[in-house]
Amino acid sequence: MLYAILCYHDEAVVGGWSKDEDDAVMAKLAVVHGKLAQQGRLGPVARLLPTTAATTLRKDEPSVVLDGPFAETKEQLLGFYVVEAENLDGALEIAQDLGRANPGGAYEIRPIGVFHGAFQP
Amino acid sequence: MTDVAWIDAALTSARPQALGALLRYFRNLDTAEEAFQNACLRALKTWPQNGPPRDAAAWLIMVGRNVAIDDIRRGAKQQPLPEDDHAISDLDDAESELAERLDGSHYRDDILRLLFICCHPQLPATQQIALALRIVSGLTVKQIARAFLVSDAAMEQRITRAKAAVAKANVPFETPGAPERSERLAAVAAMLYLIFNEGYSASGESIDLRAPLCEEAIRLGRLLLKLFPAEPEIMGLAALMLLQYARSAARFDANGALVLLDDQDRTLWNGKMIAEGLALIDKAMRHRRTGAYQIQAAIAALHARAAKPEDTDWAQIELLYGSLEILQPSPVITLNRSVAVSKVRGPEAALEMIAPLAAKLSNYFHFFGVQGAYLMQLGRNDEARESFNRAIALANTSAEADHIRMHLDRLMLESKPPNSSRKRKTGETLSAPSPLAGEGRGGG
Repeated sequence: MLYAILCYHDEAVVGGWSKDEDDAVMAKLAVVHGKLAQQGRLGPVARLLPTTAATTLRKDEPSVVLDGPFAETKEQLLGFYVVEAENLDGALEIAQDLGRANPGGAYEIRPIGVFHGAFQP
Repeated sequence: MTDVAWIDAALTSARPQALGALLRYFRNLDTAEEAFQNACLRALKTWPQNGPPRDAAAWLIMVGRNVAIDDIRRGAKQQPLPEDDHAISDLDDAESELAERLDGSHYRDDILRLLFICCHPQLPATQQIALALRIVSGLTVKQIARAFLVSDAAMEQRITRAKAAVAKANVPFETPGAPERSERLAAVAAMLYLIFNEGYSASGESIDLRAPLCEEAIRLGRLLLKLFPAEPEIMGLAALMLLQYARSAARFDANGALVLLDDQDRTLWNGKMIAEGLALIDKAMRHRRTGAYQIQAAIAALHARAAKPEDTDWAQIELLYGSLEILQPSPVITLNRSVAVSKVRGPEAALEMIAPLAAKLSNYFHFFGVQGAYLMQLGRNDEARESFNRAIALANTSAEADHIRMHLDRLMLESKPPNSSRKRKTGETLSAPSPLAGEGRGGG
């Protein structure tokens, strides 16, 4: 079975870490990542940019692009994609494509800051 | 994190929201600050035992308001009552309800108002910054005095005066209308950029003391962006600050001397901040509503995207400075554009372009630094030396003066006999000694 482990924290706190504090946490995580990777049990790992960098596509008819993260609480997180695009417009185009195939709900498009994994763009 | 460190971080992050709401209730800054202070003291007492509340800001607003109201009642009766903590006991039930009532739009105007009262147009920039750091960020007078390199007493006086001016200003407490809100937002954005530049323009020993100002401006910029997620200029401002601050580790050498953009070790740039800045400017551009922060951020983004200085898209930078000139005509921006022109069309064209600026910028350090660099690139060394000497006379910091002296030293070496081993190779260009082209101050 594959599991997704979704990371939650207060971004004001994490965003307030100094570079040294941040580096220290990342170094400790890298040890755990290394262990898992060696066992062949680590898939892609992504660190997302802050929610202020997010854009949301409401997949209603017609679809609406909104600045900011997905803020509703009545829908649940059901899946995610990692895609490569030139810029936000490119990413939104992909999202629109996906949305036409599966309308309803929303996609939150969030740039990825750090990415490790078997992704070959 | 220890209890105290966690509580401290939570109080700092809840401060603008809680103090903003208390200001709305009491309509008096001193009362609001005192109420917030009292609430923080209770938090330090009760949070370690009871654990953190679900919504720290709502807790602080509630407790601050109750304590202040009790104080006012006591004052009215002229008979002090014994200290009691009952106000807190039924808080758990009330907290969630309160949090529901304090919806996002209210918070937004509260925080904006709190920031806006610091932007009083009659306050000089330094007082606006000091006031914002004191009221919104909650820095102590001592911390602010250190950043401004003045005594605690002088800073205390400055803040007291600024507060008195604000109290007289009568900022309305009604929910602002849309035009008023956007006016406030623009004033607040300008003030945040002032705070940022106060930190970013530091040099020498004050760099470490002032770097926190940049970080605070970025923190408040992100906060503003959360409150106004669809404002492209706020995205631009946050991007601009992030992209500039990302370079901070590379901007000075071990001796504290300024390192120009072209000479900076780009591996020292903070990739995380650059990624965030680029994402924000990308988002802002989609709105097709241009603005000065967005343009400056776009210029900074072009520098950030270049892995090597020679990869820089100077032609695009020239165009962007051209748009900025139309938006905010200023000789300083024309001077900045000339740096891009010198890269695209050579120093002669750039020199020609800045000639008409001489009268307006006769007291401006960077004008003579840039002029000297163009002259030097053209081999007009005597004239270059003259420009550099005038630049040194106008330098604002010792780092600026040292930087120009470095160019003078190079000119001296060049004027030695031709067999001098240090002679500059033909074709090698020197960069302009200025913090221009994405090194800030683009706003002029």
